[in-house]
Order: sequence, then structure tokens, then C-alpha cells
Amino acid sequence: MASEVAATGATRRRARARIARPKPTLLLGLTIVVAMLLMALLPHIVAPYDPSKFDYDAILQAPSAAHWFGTDNFGRDVFSRVVYGARVDLQIALFTTLFPFLFGTLMGALTGYVGRWLDGIFGRIVDVVMVFPFLILVIAIVAMLGPGLRNMYLAVSIVGWVYYARLVRGETIVQKQSEYVQAARVMGYSPARIVFRHIFPNAVTPAIVYWMTDMSLGILLGASLGYLGLGAQPPTAEWGVMVADGKNFMVTAPWISTFPGLVLTLAGVGFSLVGDGMADLLRPKS
Amino acid sequence: MSRPPAPHDPRAAGLPDGEALLSVRHLDTTFHTPRGPLHAVRDVSFDVRPGEVLGIVGESGSGKSVTLRSILRLLKPPTEITGEVRWKGLDLLTASRRRMLEVTGAEISVIFQEPMTALNPVLTVGEQILESLRAHEGLRGAAARDRATELLDLVGIPSPRERLGAYPHEFSGGMRQRAMIAIALASTPQLLLADEPTTALDVTIQDQILKLLLRLREQLGMSVILVTHDLGVVAQTCDRVAVMYAGRLVETAPVRAVFREPKHAYTLGLRLSLPSGGAHRQPLQPIPGAPPDLQDLPPGCPFAPRCSYVTDACRAEEPRRQPVAPQHTSACIHSDRLPAFEEVGS
Amino acid sequence: MIPTLLVILILVFAMVRLLPGDPAVAILGDRVTDEAVAKIRAELGLDRPLPVQFWYFFERVLRGDLGNSINLKISVIRLIQDRLPVTLFLTLYAGVLAAVLAVPAAVISALTRGSWMDNLTRAIFQIGLSLPVFYVSLQLLGLFGARLHWFPVGGIGPTPASNLYYLFLPALSLGFYLAAILMRNLRSSILEVLNAEYVDFARAKGIRPRLVLTKHILRNALISTVTLFGLSIGQLMGGAVITETVFAIPGVGRLMVDAIFGRDYAVVQGLTLAFAIVIMLVFLLTDLVYTVLDPRTKVA
Repeated sequence: MASEVAATGATRRRARARIARPKPTLLLGLTIVVAMLLMALLPHIVAPYDPSKFDYDAILQAPSAAHWFGTDNFGRDVFSRVVYGARVDLQIALFTTLFPFLFGTLMGALTGYVGRWLDGIFGRIVDVVMVFPFLILVIAIVAMLGPGLRNMYLAVSIVGWVYYARLVRGETIVQKQSEYVQAARVMGYSPARIVFRHIFPNAVTPAIVYWMTDMSLGILLGASLGYLGLGAQPPTAEWGVMVADGKNFMVTAPWISTFPGLVLTLAGVGFSLVGDGMADLLRPKS
Repeated sequence: MSRPPAPHDPRAAGLPDGEALLSVRHLDTTFHTPRGPLHAVRDVSFDVRPGEVLGIVGESGSGKSVTLRSILRLLKPPTEITGEVRWKGLDLLTASRRRMLEVTGAEISVIFQEPMTALNPVLTVGEQILESLRAHEGLRGAAARDRATELLDLVGIPSPRERLGAYPHEFSGGMRQRAMIAIALASTPQLLLADEPTTALDVTIQDQILKLLLRLREQLGMSVILVTHDLGVVAQTCDRVAVMYAGRLVETAPVRAVFREPKHAYTLGLRLSLPSGGAHRQPLQPIPGAPPDLQDLPPGCPFAPRCSYVTDACRAEEPRRQPVAPQHTSACIHSDRLPAFEEVGS
Repeated sequence: MIPTLLVILILVFAMVRLLPGDPAVAILGDRVTDEAVAKIRAELGLDRPLPVQFWYFFERVLRGDLGNSINLKISVIRLIQDRLPVTLFLTLYAGVLAAVLAVPAAVISALTRGSWMDNLTRAIFQIGLSLPVFYVSLQLLGLFGARLHWFPVGGIGPTPASNLYYLFLPALSLGFYLAAILMRNLRSSILEVLNAEYVDFARAKGIRPRLVLTKHILRNALISTVTLFGLSIGQLMGGAVITETVFAIPGVGRLMVDAIFGRDYAVVQGLTLAFAIVIMLVFLLTDLVYTVLDPRTKVA
């Protein structure tokens, strides 16, 4: 009894010992993410115009008071499109990372804990996946399935879970060797209980942190595929698609590509700052 | 065995007989931490004569290592060092960077406690010796390699020429420490600063290294400042001893005097906590309590909380270090109450 | 390594066969005639059991026969021979530029830790981490190429040497992201090394500060960064896909995208295999370099 308390007490103490003071960059990141969420959830409030409305009287206009980011070759207000694009890109951030996070974490914990043959197979899978540039793998899979957002999510999920699994597997192995797990084993706890109540919470933390950073990468990837025409399809207001829309106007109307790209970068910075901030919080340097 | 270089003649150093080689006066080292200033070394003064082995003894946190590093300004900022450190007339604390580079590693060398971490793991031992030779002796090529081989031989490393190409992790602990000494001796320094050189070693190896240091002192006429927490090491090697506590020097004396008649309660405590070989069995007497927090020192003598001879006078004002016998100073106002010891065979 | 290669071959083989419909038709694309279909079917042995098909495929790969591009009418192996060097040049050029940007920045940043210079540098590189390659490529092309005419707007030069000029903008846009990753890693590596005893000892030897920096600090700090560099080459080649598309460079990256859009499956297959082999070789090389850089890892 006392040792059970001791074992869980050790876990809790471990968790508490890790929280430190938040960095200012974390707050900056959170601000950006919240702003993006606002644009995604309430675009009609933030955006002054209908993003898909053509206005042939106002094509290719430079940024002005009426059109903060200018207009494109169809007369659409770029700022409004950017705002509406937030919804698409944040969705992309979520759906390209959620399944990999969940499935990858689970597989990683299992593989790390069980080891042996499972680990052998997993190692082989990792080797194969690591040898291909992620982008090329995703493009190849999308090529087979056909372009579009849903296929893109599928393609990323098929490959992306491996990164999470690798991370969690490593953490699980480290946790497995630690003293409190050995104590739990000696106490005769069942493997399932050890994994879920003891190892999992500690091993999952780096995965959650990585998830934040991965969302930033997911936005980048989604936009890249959108640019290539393999992800979101025009006329969807996705930031990458919008940059592609403007690529023929770089000299005459550079704002069509420039602003969506800037916002895209900003979103990426926001998420990665949050990810870094969380990493710092949860693992302070001694 | 090659011919060792001629020992240093004090007159050759340009000093009148009996004059100190290194003269430290009122050394004060302060670290600026987020919690406030930390006075690691407070008003420390001592001399080192040519060919002398001075031991600086104390617990962890006593300031002994910081003192050593302060001499050559080897501490990381933000650190404030005041006072005077005269090396053959030159004040090291105010010397130019260029002058410091000439003295450091050449006239004054340093060896650290843990050779595995003090040696660069990606360079061969030979290369690390050659670095010093290049920087200070201007040696290159075959001449440099010959000298490096001589040095490894001097410190007792077998097959020295082959070992030049070996990496630190390929040496055993004792051999690594010898290699570090060889590196430090590359430019025949007149003073060797040894920061706990044997603490990380096995007792038998420890003995070998200490004997090596003494032999080198003879052969090269080198002075040594040996920092340690182990009175046993002091007994074996030192001519004079300086005892530090809470950043202050509390006693200085010749080694036999320190063992026979310690004149500070702390030194007495250290002496008592030594197992006495040959005497009938007695329980070890550690010093009660723990070393003080340097950022929160009580007024008066810093040792007062742990001292068995303490009186109110001790707590009122911090005692100054005074001479209490020939060549013997102490910062304890009750030095005359302290017992003496029979001399035990070493 | 061999088992991994085998798995990759199987996957590449399976790629085409996983497509809906008749693989022969898929490979032929629009140019479907009954004779052509029959010919392909015989060639690929499509009526034979799968292991036999794989064996044919395997044999042909060993002979260097990766099929033909239907769109470009050349053998795939020839295409790879022509275009892979271009992509490799671009990738390496990008790597060099990334190193040139990252190393000094990391040194300055680490040595002035906490100062405004450190913070500014870190902020710039933090943004670099989130800048999409296609965006940087497009902006650089638009500004320095199309608008200012300082650089050509794409394509490659007539000689390898001239490519240092032609491929400067593409390499820069590709290298930015890598520079950000390298700089971060090197900076934290240097900070770690700065605390090491051997740096103190080197200073205590009285050798010049510049030597302490290069022979002691950097020589150790760079070990992990060089390894990271090697492992990132793969990602770089992936980014080359985008850069080549924006700058219209005839490398394998652009070829891949074109082949995907053009349903040129033989090319997609062949290129996937080529990428895998090149990157595996790079990984091997990185491992070797690591054992050279860190003598503690030498196998006796």
C-alpha cells in the first residue's frame, strides 16, 4: 500500500518538478495562434469582403485603405481571402497531425514496451520511411490517390505516424529502465497498468510538444502541396494555393503572393514558438 | 631517461633569496548571481616561494578552487576579482590580455581534477602537448614531437612515442592524469596550480601521482599550489598549508605545525576527522553541521555554528588572521585553548 | 541496408500495381492500342503470379532497365543520368550556403548569449524555420530575378561553373530552412561545449582565444551539427522538388512532379528508387564521417 502511494507519488513529484516559468516567446506564440484561431472561427467578422466575390472593376489593385492587401486578378480582396484561408490551413494543421499523433504515440508506446519482434518490424519500417524525403513520399501517395485535401490527409497520415512512434518509443524505453517502473514491476503490477498509468504519461509529453511543432510543419506541407496543385484545389482560399495564384504576377502585383505567404509564415512561427515554449516548460535545464 | 631541464634557481628568477615567487594580497572574488553577489573568496593573502609546495585545504564551497582560478583570471563572467596577485613583480589581475597569454600555460600551469573531462576528447594527447609547445616554446615538427615524447616519458608513461597518437579515452585514469601533467609541463613552468589532482583517482594511483608531483618538483625546481580537501594528501606532499573556510583563509602554517598544533578550531576538526593509523582504535569524529551558505553568512566567525570552542566573542565580530607562532597564523581567537597532538609516524 | 533496399524495391514495385485499373493501361497512359497493351502485359508478365512479376522487375532493375517515359520518350535511366547531377549540385550548393549562413550566426549567437545580437539572430532564424521553400523561392525569383534582373529567372547554365550563378537563388531559397535548423543545433551544441572542462583547460594553457574557439569549441560542437547536416540532405532533396518547379530547373525534383501530373508511372517508379538509393548512400556516408569526427566511436 505504502509503496503504491510511493510509486504514484514519484510520478506526480516528477511532473511537478518539471514545470518552470514560461518564456516571453511562448506568450508571443500563443498570441499568434489565438489570432489565427479567431480568423478561422469568425472569418465573417474579421474579413470585410466575400472572399470569392469577383469584382472586375477592381482587379490587380495595390494595397489601399479599401483593400488592405490589395486585390487579385479576379478582383477578389486578398485580405478577406487570407482571413478565410485561416480556416482551411488550421484544419490542415489539425488533420495532418491528429492521426499521426494518436496512432504514432500508441504504436510507439507499445513497441517501446514490448520490444523484441515488434521492435524489429518497427525498426524496418522506420528505416524505409526515413530514406525518403517526407515531401516526396507524400507527393507520391497523393499521386496514386489523386489530388485533394482528403487524400493529402490520408497520405500524410500513412507516413507521419512514424515520427511520433519513434519519439515515444525512445521515451518509453528510457522510462522502462527508470527506477519507479522497476519498483512497480517488483510490486507485481500488470504490464497494462504499468504502461498506461506510469509510463504513458511521461512518455507522451514529448509527443505533445512535438505535435505543436508538427502543426507548424503541417501548415507548411499543406501549403506546399497547395502550391503544387496537389492539396487544396483552387478556388479554395488556402494560403499555398493563393501564393500559386499570384506567381505570374510577381512583378505586376506582388501582393497577391506576398501577403498570404507572410501570414502563412506567421502562423508557422506561432505554432513552433508554442511548441518550443512547451518544451522549455516541461523540461527545464538543471 | 633524458636529461631533465635544470631546476629553477631563485636567483635566476631575478628574486633575492627568500623572496616569494607568487604573492597574493587581499584577493577577493565575487560572483554576481541572480540571487545576489556571492563572495567566494574573501581577503585571501599568501605567498609561494620558489620550490615550495603550498597546500590549500578546505571543504567543498570553501573557495579553494576559486582562489586558484582567480590567480590566472580563469573564471567565467560575471565575476569580479580585486586585490593583488604579484607574479615575479607583475600584478596578474591588472596585466594585459597579451601578457596573461604569455604567463598562462608557460610560467604558471594548471592541472584539473578530472582528466577525462579536462582533456579534449577529439584531439590526440600528442596534439594537446604540441599546442602548448607551439604557443609558448615555438617548437614545430620533429623537434616538437621529440620534446612531447620526452614529456610523456618524464611523467612515467610507457611507450611514449606511440602514445603521442592516442586519444584521451584510450588511457586509463592514472595515465590520463599523468598525460595532463605532461601537457602542463610542456613549457617548464615555474609554478604548477593543481586543483584536486588526485581526488578522482583510486588510492593507489593517487599515491603514484603525488609521488610524481614531488619528483617533478625536485627535478624541475617547480613550486606547486596543491588544492585538496584531503589532509592525508597534504601530509604527504606539502611544505606549507593554508586552510580555507567559507571563502576565508583561517590558518596558515608549515605542514608539521598544522598536524601537531592546529591553531584554528576548524583545522582541529579536520585533524580529528582523520583516521589515525597506528593509534589504538577510536571512533572517527566528523565535524558536525554543514558548510555555510556563502550568500547568507552569520555575523562573526563563519565557523561558529559548528564549533565546540565557540563563545559570544566569536559571534560578535569576524576574527582577523594573526600570527600565533613563528610562520604560523590563525583567525581563531581561541587558538591557545586548542590541544596539540603526538607526532604519529606518517 | 540490404533488407531495407529490398523492402523499398517491393514497395516501388507495388506502387504501380496498387493503382486502380490495369497497370498496363496505367503505364501506357493515353497511348493505348491493343498491341501496345499486349506488349506491355507480356513484358511485365502481368498474367503471371506476383512473385514472378517481381522477379522480372528485379532483374530489369539490376540490368539498369527502369522502363521508358511515355511523355518524354526516353528511357528512365537516361533521364536520371541527365537530371540527377543537376539536383545533386543544387542540393549540395544549398547545403554549402546553409553552412555559410548558419555557422557564423551560431558562433556569434552562442558567444553573446542573452544579448540583443543573440536574440535578433535567433529571431531571424526562427522565422527561417517557418518560411516555406516555395514562398522564398518565389519571392527571390520575383525580386532579384524578374524585377531587378540581378539573376536569371530560372533554368541552368551552359557549364557547371556558370551554375554557381544560375543556381544561386534556388540554392539560397532551398538552403534557408536548413540554415535555420543547423544554426539552432550548433548554437546549443556550442553552449554545451562552452561549459566543458576541456575548454577551461585549453584556456589555462594560454593558447590564443581564436585557437580555443576553432580547435576546442567548434571541433567538438560541430560533431552533432555535421551529423544533422548529413541526415537532412534527404529533406533538402525533397525541398528541391519545389525549388526546381518554381525556377524551372531540369532536375529530378521537377521531373518527379511533372511525371506525377503526367501520369508517367515508369518515371515515378524509377525516381522513387533513385531517391531512396541516393539518400541511403548519404546516410552511410554520414555514419562514416561521424566515426571519423569523434574518435571515441572508432571501432577497434
